[in-house]
Amino acid sequence: MSRKPFVREVSKTGWYLKHPRYLRYMSREVTCIFIGAFALLMLCTLERLSKGPEAFASFMAALKGPWSFLGLALILAFAVHNATNWFNVTPKAMPVQIGEEFLDGKYIVGAHYAVWAVASLVVLFFAGVL
Amino acid sequence: MTQLKKRMVQLEVLRYDPEKDSEPRFQKYEVECNEEWVVLDALTAVKENIDPTLNFRWSCHMAVCGSCGMMVNGEPKLSCHAFLRHYEGVIRVEPLANFPIERDLVTVADDFIDKLKRVKPYLIPKEKKSIEQGEYKQTPAQLMKYRQFSMCINCMLCYAACPEYALQPKFIGPAAITLAHRYNQDSRDGGRDERQEVIATNEGVWECSFVGACSEVCPKAVDPAGALQQVKVASTLDWFKEHLLPGGTK
Repeated sequence: MSRKPFVREVSKTGWYLKHPRYLRYMSREVTCIFIGAFALLMLCTLERLSKGPEAFASFMAALKGPWSFLGLALILAFAVHNATNWFNVTPKAMPVQIGEEFLDGKYIVGAHYAVWAVASLVVLFFAGVL
Repeated sequence: MTQLKKRMVQLEVLRYDPEKDSEPRFQKYEVECNEEWVVLDALTAVKENIDPTLNFRWSCHMAVCGSCGMMVNGEPKLSCHAFLRHYEGVIRVEPLANFPIERDLVTVADDFIDKLKRVKPYLIPKEKKSIEQGEYKQTPAQLMKYRQFSMCINCMLCYAACPEYALQPKFIGPAAITLAHRYNQDSRDGGRDERQEVIATNEGVWECSFVGACSEVCPKAVDPAGALQQVKVASTLDWFKEHLLPGGTK
């Protein structure tokens, strides 16, 4: 009796299409492109700001167009998707043990959402929206 | 006495005979089963009544031994825990994904066993005690810190679900790292530094990108994905202690 194990090839490019859980994972990972794009936009904004008030004002005016609005809305949607995905898995990475019991994960997740809400309110306050 | 309900079940089983086949092929079977049966029972019925050449591993038939892992309709399952009543139509049974096929539904587990050995999944006492000195004591709270991770039965379903392992076979993988974490968390253990050399590496936890599939398919609710993220947090803290704190010791 001879041994001849058969190795099944795995598609390096299409593996994530094989199961919805892999697609969910990829939807989380792809958010980095949009968040990276926003980081670049922030750098451009800072660069314009360093060139003086007129340069900054014209840049901000350009961002008020419909295409910019659409792009920023898309970025926001992906940023929210990224944040909620990570918040929801935090109890796995940082379980809190109290005596013989573990704190229910919903409190750890809830704390993240609470801090997020407070941080957003502080930003909106300093931006003059509130 | 209540008559058990019967039904004809169609199975599509991946067959591979290393002496005859150049690659695996599907073979169809139709077998009478009790409604209460599991996929493993249906395979046993095929072997006993239709085709004695069909090969598959099993032992306990109660989700404890971890021998009968297979892909059932593309999902890693213990076949003794995959109830026929949850499936309609043809049930496709394949060997566990991401492992070489030895024969039919039997896979080669050598890679997993080697990785398991590397992480030293056993207690390395902080201090050796003689029998006269008594047992290594532990409080219930200290037990709870690792108890969940000690439930692993080495069934390898997590490896079959993990796309990182599929794409990077050098990855030590979910179950082995989880078991390393289980012993690292044990108050009686002193072997963490030895295990960290293996698991806090690019082949270890840093290969994991937290797909989370391992925890979704785990039949014992061990949550390997959680264990791996906890190892990442602990390893990062080690790095900060080593490089940023005065004194620079772990």
